[in-house]
Amino acid sequence: MVIGNGMAGARAVEEILARGGGDQFDITMFGNEPHGNYNRILLSNVLNGSQDASEIFLNPLEWYVDNNVTLHAGVHITKIDRENRVLHTDTRTDYAYDKLIIATGSRPFVPPMEGLKVDGHDKPGVFVFRTIDDCHKIAGYATKCRRAAVIGGGLLGLEAARGLLNYGVEVHVVHLMNHLMENQLDATAGAILKTTLENMGVRFHLGKATKAILGNEEVTGLAFKDETELVCDMVVISTGIRPNAEIGKEAGLSVGRAIVVDDHMRSVDDPDIYAVGECTEHRGKLYGLVAPLWEQGAVLADHITGRNAEARYHGSKLATKLKVMGVELASMGIIEAEHETDEVVQFCEPKRGVYKKLIIRDGMLAGAILLGDTSKAAPLMQAFDRAAALPEDRSSLLFDIGLANTQSTMLEMPDNAQVCNCNGVSKGQIRKCVESGKRSLKMVMDATRAGSGCGSCKMLVKEIVEFVCDGQIEEDPSAHYYVPGVPMPKSELVAVIKERGLRSVSSVFNTLAGGVEDVASKMGLASLLKTIWGAEYVDERDARYINDRVHANIQKDGTFSVVPRIYGGVTTPDELRRIADAADKYDVPMVKITGGQRIDLLGVKKEDLPGIWRDMGIPSGHAYAKSFRTCKTCVGSEFCRYGVGDSTALGIKIEQRFQGIESPGKMKLATAGCPRNCSEAMVKDLGAVAIEGGRWEIYIGGAAGAHVRKGDILCVVDSHDDVLKYMGRFMQYYRENAKYLERTYGFVERVGINRIRAVVVEDIDKIGDRLDAAIQASVDAYVDPWLEAETPVTTNQFVSNLTMVGA
Amino acid sequence: MSTYTVGQLSQIPAGEGREFNVDGIAIAVFHARNGKVYASQAKCPHLNGPLADGILGGSIIMCPLHARKYDLSNGMSQQGDCGIETYPVEVTSSGQIIVTVKETAAVA
Repeated sequence: MVIGNGMAGARAVEEILARGGGDQFDITMFGNEPHGNYNRILLSNVLNGSQDASEIFLNPLEWYVDNNVTLHAGVHITKIDRENRVLHTDTRTDYAYDKLIIATGSRPFVPPMEGLKVDGHDKPGVFVFRTIDDCHKIAGYATKCRRAAVIGGGLLGLEAARGLLNYGVEVHVVHLMNHLMENQLDATAGAILKTTLENMGVRFHLGKATKAILGNEEVTGLAFKDETELVCDMVVISTGIRPNAEIGKEAGLSVGRAIVVDDHMRSVDDPDIYAVGECTEHRGKLYGLVAPLWEQGAVLADHITGRNAEARYHGSKLATKLKVMGVELASMGIIEAEHETDEVVQFCEPKRGVYKKLIIRDGMLAGAILLGDTSKAAPLMQAFDRAAALPEDRSSLLFDIGLANTQSTMLEMPDNAQVCNCNGVSKGQIRKCVESGKRSLKMVMDATRAGSGCGSCKMLVKEIVEFVCDGQIEEDPSAHYYVPGVPMPKSELVAVIKERGLRSVSSVFNTLAGGVEDVASKMGLASLLKTIWGAEYVDERDARYINDRVHANIQKDGTFSVVPRIYGGVTTPDELRRIADAADKYDVPMVKITGGQRIDLLGVKKEDLPGIWRDMGIPSGHAYAKSFRTCKTCVGSEFCRYGVGDSTALGIKIEQRFQGIESPGKMKLATAGCPRNCSEAMVKDLGAVAIEGGRWEIYIGGAAGAHVRKGDILCVVDSHDDVLKYMGRFMQYYRENAKYLERTYGFVERVGINRIRAVVVEDIDKIGDRLDAAIQASVDAYVDPWLEAETPVTTNQFVSNLTMVGA
Repeated sequence: MSTYTVGQLSQIPAGEGREFNVDGIAIAVFHARNGKVYASQAKCPHLNGPLADGILGGSIIMCPLHARKYDLSNGMSQQGDCGIETYPVEVTSSGQIIVTVKETAAVA
């Protein structure tokens, strides 16, 4: 039995049916109103005429029939007899129940004032605004009025005002407080909203307490406590709601401000009685918004059907996005800073009616107001709900700088648009996958492979998943782990590894993952441990990718590519001869110049690797590793007419110093001898560009691969030595703080160039010397891996096929 | 059914795999860190990646070319597509690896 056929009751029943509760229970619902269940939020549309009452029904009467739900619309429950488990009604019939759900909602609260009634009846012209019936009555009366007053400047009051405007009446809003919507808006936002609404024709009377409704027969005006009066022909009272909890109280249930429920949405007094929605009080809180009611309904259904007896409702963080008279508005959490350390980020453009405010506490969103432009509401609500860490660049929380509006892009994108160009996955496939219940990025990626190729579409895949989920996205805890197999974010993992002295990948699995070796975690852990421990790292070769086991890049046919180190791209005839001879000797199928100005020998068999290295006599170019790759150069001041700095010499120095330095993602570098940027230094992970005056601009976070981004200038320095110093310091900071496989472009955007500059250049954290020492230690530890040609590290390291020894 | 002594376990470093040539058939043999030994077809059914060059985690092998994952204990694909042939394997007390191959399952 369900008392109440409003949004909460109906939603709870839908959730129960979704869990197979239709076979478990005979469901009967009682509603006061003589229709099916409708979306109360849209009532203002009915009032203003933009929707017909019939359009806002959520569950028409057929729905009840189709789902075997008995609906007694218009039947009023007068009493719950808990002892006999029977409901008494205002008809002659009583109803027995096994399980009872109370979803009686709330009713308008009308503050005490004189003149509400005439001869014991409501005075003609006085209305509340809660039901379809109220809408019809208000609309009917308004047509014969000249001036209407709305008492209450909250959301519902303003919606009523908007509705009344459509009937050609002059609308006055009377509000007790000094600004509108004080629960959702601060004073500034309230003032901006007021101006916007005044421009639409609404007049406001703030800080006014209504003392009496004037008129002997019908409404003729309002009288205020400050002795002023307002002439009007009708008044709509919208001053909040009160829970309909009396029926619970009379049945002996605990009722505070509403019916007290536990985390299962069950009355604390009776295990067979549940309550949901606005008539409940959970952990001392009452909720009047729709989102909490959905969460409550799901928990209730899980519990009552036994589908999940452990389901618990933990309360809701209040975030709401709505339209007030067509003005978009979103509000969440607190609306004013409460502590001295709370960070307030604000943007105000009164002329356009736009106001944005964030309150950040301990790096997390504690509250936000968006007025007039709610394009960033979805990510903010998500960040608020999950207490997610915020980007250093706060302005990106308020604006889409240089990006298309996601929402409209998503709406416009057709289903057949290919999203993942590596694996050929369309938007439609992703949508269907989400709709089939896979509501997290990881699940969708695992199921469709979208975003798991080059990774450049991963953000887009994420946006599509979020768009299709429409707020119902599932938290994937492993998204925050450094590697999927060890449940810790990077900072925590690093701390534990250091504290417990874990120097090998297997010791991490044994100590932190219950001995379970996870295939997808080995490489990431190997990279991390190497950075943490340097020379003390216990290198287990099986944790390495094949490229790093044989120091060459595996190709589609299982052969390898060999790229010898050519410092700065500057070679000699002698070196070229040795490379050519080796290519001849080993029948190399293709010799190619790479994008990074190196020579690539492609199609080399695994067993030929040691020989070809030995014959060339050149160190490894590391064209296979997550590490420093190459430093491209232009000829700079040595030969070029325009060169203003010696970029070749600098490039050679950079490459000699940083060769083989491992990092979370690969690092491609370049130096340019002038701002013409022929070597593309501005779009490299790190780049140095010579400018007039013997100076060098250092760029970081550039990219020109799957992702294209111009780097940010880290600093401008005077010498080659300083370029090496700051590049090295940034590299070490990146090595220590980036996520596995996070390239510098992602890292720089995530951390923010200002923060990186403060640490790396200004040294505000006083870690500059330590970073310099750490990168120096890695430089000193460099050994050419191709020396393993002479001394292999593992058995059969360079054997591609072993022949059976005997049958 | 044919039984082959393909080689010595000491030929395969712990945690890695090696490819063996058995009567013209290529077989990948894996030596997990926990001591277990597995044998399977040598090439990934997706695009012929050399599975012995993959990364091994427990009984899961990840192909080096496109990161397809297979469970060596039963041959099942971890992404729900085509699986791989696996072969019963034993290690003698002297460390010899003995693999049993169904003739029909011979995969080059």
